[in-house]
Amino acid sequence: MTDDHEIRRSVEELRLTFKSGKTRSGDWRKAQLQAILRLVHENEDTLFRLLELELGKHPVESYRDEVGVIKKSADHALACIDQWMSPKKGRLPLVFFPASGKVLSEPLGVVLIIGSWNFPITLTLDPLIGAISAGNAVVLKPSELSPNCASFLANVLPSYLDPKAVKVIEGGREVANRLLEYKWDKIFFTGSPKVGRIVMAAAAKNLTPVTLELGGKCPVIFDSLPNSDLKVAVKRVASGKWGACAGQACIGIDYVIVEHKFASTLIEQLKKTIKRFYGDDVKNLKNHSKIINKNHFDRLRSFLEDPAVANCIVYGGSFDDTSLIIEPTILLDPPLDAEIMNEEIFGPLLPIITVDNIEESVEFVNSKPKPLALYAFTKNENFKKRILAETSSGSVTFNDAMIQFVCDDLPFGGVGQSGFGRYHGKYSFDTFSHEKAVLERSFYFELEPRHPPWSRFKLEFLRAAYNYNYVGMLLLFLGLKRVSKS
Amino acid sequence: MLVHDNFHTRYPTNHSSSHRHHRSICLQTHASINRSILTTTMASEDSTAPAVFDTDAANCLTKELRSTFLAGKTKSYEWRSSQLKSLLKMLDDCEKQICDALFSDLAKPEMEAYIHEIAMIKSSCKVALKKLKDWMKPEKAKTNLGTFPSSAEIVPEPLGVVLVISAWNYPLLLSVDPVIGAIAAGNAVVLKPSELAPAMSSLLAKLLGKYLDNSAIKVVEGAVNETSVLLEQKWDKIFYTGNGRVARIVMAAAAKNLTPVVLELGGKSPVLVDSNIDLAVTSRRIVGGKWGTNNGQACVGPDYIITTKQYAPVLIDSLKHNLVKFFGEDPMNSPDISRIGHDRHFARLKKLLDDDKISGKIIHGGQTDKSSLKIAPTIVLDAPEDSLMMSEEIFGPLLPIVTVEKIEDGIEFINSRPKPLAAYLFTNNKQLKEAFVSSVSAGGVVINDVTLHLMVDTLPFGGVGESGMGAYHGKFSFDAFSHKKAVLYRSFYGDAPARYPPYTPGKLRLLKALLDGSLFGIIRALFGFS
Repeated sequence: MTDDHEIRRSVEELRLTFKSGKTRSGDWRKAQLQAILRLVHENEDTLFRLLELELGKHPVESYRDEVGVIKKSADHALACIDQWMSPKKGRLPLVFFPASGKVLSEPLGVVLIIGSWNFPITLTLDPLIGAISAGNAVVLKPSELSPNCASFLANVLPSYLDPKAVKVIEGGREVANRLLEYKWDKIFFTGSPKVGRIVMAAAAKNLTPVTLELGGKCPVIFDSLPNSDLKVAVKRVASGKWGACAGQACIGIDYVIVEHKFASTLIEQLKKTIKRFYGDDVKNLKNHSKIINKNHFDRLRSFLEDPAVANCIVYGGSFDDTSLIIEPTILLDPPLDAEIMNEEIFGPLLPIITVDNIEESVEFVNSKPKPLALYAFTKNENFKKRILAETSSGSVTFNDAMIQFVCDDLPFGGVGQSGFGRYHGKYSFDTFSHEKAVLERSFYFELEPRHPPWSRFKLEFLRAAYNYNYVGMLLLFLGLKRVSKS
Repeated sequence: MLVHDNFHTRYPTNHSSSHRHHRSICLQTHASINRSILTTTMASEDSTAPAVFDTDAANCLTKELRSTFLAGKTKSYEWRSSQLKSLLKMLDDCEKQICDALFSDLAKPEMEAYIHEIAMIKSSCKVALKKLKDWMKPEKAKTNLGTFPSSAEIVPEPLGVVLVISAWNYPLLLSVDPVIGAIAAGNAVVLKPSELAPAMSSLLAKLLGKYLDNSAIKVVEGAVNETSVLLEQKWDKIFYTGNGRVARIVMAAAAKNLTPVVLELGGKSPVLVDSNIDLAVTSRRIVGGKWGTNNGQACVGPDYIITTKQYAPVLIDSLKHNLVKFFGEDPMNSPDISRIGHDRHFARLKKLLDDDKISGKIIHGGQTDKSSLKIAPTIVLDAPEDSLMMSEEIFGPLLPIVTVEKIEDGIEFINSRPKPLAAYLFTNNKQLKEAFVSSVSAGGVVINDVTLHLMVDTLPFGGVGESGMGAYHGKFSFDAFSHKKAVLYRSFYGDAPARYPPYTPGKLRLLKALLDGSLFGIIRALFGFS
């Protein structure tokens, strides 16, 4: 438990470090990124063990979704950081001549990153890579719901990264609330909309900008596909639903929309794939994560307590209290007013909603808050265009799921209820930077009509200047053009 | 009574016409369920009870705009460009009315009205019209080996229904410039102009009603109550220009609905003046930027000057000289200088002047006239750091001059205070310039001039820290009102089995290679070499 005094001391130390200018240098930033690479490399086995212990993640899953992601992000940042840090030129109109304009990215200062428990390494270290690349001092607060990973970060991070500039503060809600009372230059939060609101309200007191990475019910629009494509598509759906932390992922699939006539084909294929990927014995599921804790386990079970919902189970439905594992579960057409269709599921339950025509899925998706991700499996180009133009979500992925997360060139972030602000690649750098506009002028060539006392001539001259009418300006200057009288 | 040529309503007001009007918004929106309101409206027709812009009225308003937005009307290029063209036409047609309103609200000289407000938004409109097609185009994004084969793009999409709350000091510019961004990005907009510039507020309501699409763009006039009612609504973006105190209220209200905000605030923007400079040009630029720019009532206006002890007298002489040149011997009666915006603001500035801590330090000006709301250009030498004038944003014609031993100490002085919206430096010293640019944090930095960065549409305009968050102007305005949707296209081919269970050590090796982007590693892993 971190006490008030310790938090204050940490924050004060970070302010001093930032003020010293140490974190601004390119060399410092690179050294820290390299240290992150070393950290995940040298502790790979420990991380695999902790993630397995805490969430039942298979090492391959842990590598794909956590260790590997951090490695890739840090590598990318190292390769690009010089370019990111260099000022961008701004083009200037001739009336400003002689002058130069540029946009300089500068660090915001001391920032707070609040991580989440479902990807306890990725969702703390990935934003950290952005914050460091941009030259900030950082407090990292990992989630108390994955305490082993949190302690690992608290114990191990200081021996790799500069402990005067990057601090890990462990704790639960109380510590989070205390941290939120401090003045930060940015708060980066990953979690639920409910806590997102609290974070933003706290940030408002200090005018602190926030990035909120939330979730939402990410739909899959599943068009009727020929058999060969169906197999690939279903593998991707199964992996996007159950393969990443057993559905406990912000971009994980929440539900599927399919045409009525195609539903049974889809369900049969899903069942086959589940058996192949995970087996069919809840006591002996392979390659499948567990639910983080009893609370979440019970929350998921309560979705099925409504008999109208329970009756819709077409596959699975077993819960193992001791291991906190829930079998991959498929529900066909649960009532639309049931909780399971109105809250983010965040677990291995998959409702399938049928429609007469797949085009109706657009209205269905639009009747719900904007999700973080939308997935559509279709070969119909017109339908793709329609989905893009008529729905709104953080991202859209066609014919796959989850994979957009590893594209460094794509901004990752929500819209509406799924949050705001974005990161990954250069966007992470930008999220933690202030883009300072810098305009430099010389003392020569003063445009006198800028200044009072005002006259008709000056007005006409400036009209020409604003229209970039250089000939007009010249004529006026030389007295060759009459000033209109009005 | 359903036929009205003026779509806006001014709240609160005793005019029964306004009352009629806001009810009619409801009637148009959902006429079927509003028979009772119609009856009420009819009944209250003769009463003099003021129409209140209450939650019901706000619900009606956002409901109508949301239905327009959902119908997709505002998304098309044609709609966006037609609205921007109408705005341009409005500015051409109504230049005189606009200048009159600015004169009535601020005694703003016509030249200032033209350069700083009308011409600025005309140029914003033109830039947006010229670039809109480019801005709207999806931007290609690179994909990596891990997702091969695939293609990716970033599609800008409108956020939805947005709220713009504007300020009184540049009541046209600060209202219309964000609205241009909101329209260019394809949003439906509510504009709440400042009640402290009443002439411009009602003119905007009238003109935007006449020139723009009323089903997507609305003006709500009013003060604190109306703003509070508006802030209870769910918006997809709130763009606020004003002060830090209200900004905190706006952001806290936005938090309830997870609404992103742009906060354009101000702060004490410093001018650091070195001694190795072209004094004549420097002093003209400072005088023009301070008193020739709405008489100091500008968010990017110079707030105070820092210079060395030795140089201060030289600089002050030159400033005085240019003040006379620009505004004459009697600036209180100069037609070329704006007046103070309103009573409350005048009283605040008077308090800064009457502060005991600066008595005897006023070395130029100091005259005030409550009846005409005029304050003369005033220079104060060595105002103590704890004086009111040095503690809050001045936002008026008072210019304190802080002296330091060495010019470099100025940077320290600036950095010991909250981050300002702008920081200015006049120098010919390259090292000082570099130190200033790299170590002073401010929304924008201008070397050897003041306020000019505001006019460059290729530079983002916005604050940092206490001076706000988010940026606009040019493409940045479009971005401020857009969501950048990440889109990834995959085919059904090229599936890496390593992604899926059952997991094996070989799959781990392949994944490592894939995420590494190392082709050699992938081949090795595929062939089973580790």
